[in-house]
Order: sequence, then structure tokens, then C-alpha cells
Amino acid sequence: MQLARVLGTVVATVKTESLEGRKLLVIQPLDAQYAPKGEPMVAVDSVGSGAGEIVFWCRGREASFPFLPSQVPSDCTIVGIVDSVFLQKGG
Amino acid sequence: MLLARVIGNVVATQKDARYEGGRIMVVRTINPDGSDAGDELLALDAVDSGVGDTVVVVREGWSASTTATGTAGAAIDSAIIGIVDAVD
Repeated sequence: MQLARVLGTVVATVKTESLEGRKLLVIQPLDAQYAPKGEPMVAVDSVGSGAGEIVFWCRGREASFPFLPSQVPSDCTIVGIVDSVFLQKGG
Repeated sequence: MLLARVIGNVVATQKDARYEGGRIMVVRTINPDGSDAGDELLALDAVDSGVGDTVVVVREGWSASTTATGTAGAAIDSAIIGIVDAVD
């Protein structure tokens, strides 16, 4: 899993049936210090997150598991909203 | 699997139900000599690791969710599956 900041919403009227009612968000992956890491990407939300929030997301086939038994096509799903990150000194 | 050092943890009240009771750790990948390899990721703890520990992290979903939660099929892509004593 990795940290990310939610940048905004993706609106897509025409989409596969299993994505109906799902929220698509643009996220910017972050490192542990909240510095941007890599390119922004599109994620499916499973926890009610929104723009501006720090979240963590799951990649790969596992990203579709929060929606079972619905077969949602996702390789990047937001699975938690971060309250805080504690790092060791100098970490 | 990856060698990594635990550098912190994440607190999240609102999260996928399968993460309940688990500890979400922040790990930084390292080289075999202990130097930073530069990548950071989150991993669910399956072995009671702590900040400062050198650990082995699996980055494959079936293994990660099975070891960290007891059953497969959770939205978990990384788990800490061992605490490293030494790399010879």
C-alpha cells in the first residue's frame, strides 16, 4: 500500500456497468513525508474519501476485493483515510 | 520479497474492514548492507515488528492478506512477514 493525496474527482458518464455508483478519484502518490512520488493516477474509492484528504491505496488484483462480490475492474483502490503518520526521528 | 526497515506507522480510523485490528507500518526499502534503497511503502504487520526493525516484506496480495489477517481475499498488497536478525 502507499500514501496519496486526493487531488480531485473523475467524471465518466460512459463506463463499465460494475463501476456504476463508484467514485473515481485522481490521486497523487506520496512518500512518508507527504512529498509527491511518481505520476498522478486514477483510483476507485472504497472508504468515502474526497479531495484534499491523505489516504492509502492498494494496487493490483487485490484492489478489486473491497467490492466483492461485485467484480469491479480496479488496479488502484483507496482503502483507508489517514489520520496521522508517525515517523521515527530522522526517518 | 523486499528487505526493509520499519520507520513509522499510520493511524487510520476509516479504513477497509479487513484492516481492523492490524497495524499499518511505514517501511523504507534497504539494500542487503543496510543502506537505504529509497522506496517507501505501507505494509500490514504480521509479526509484531517495531520501529527500527529490519524486516522482510512480501508484495503479493494472496500471501500478504493471508499472513496478516488469517484469510485470503483482503485488499492488502504488502505485509511484513519476518523480522531479520542478520543478512550474511
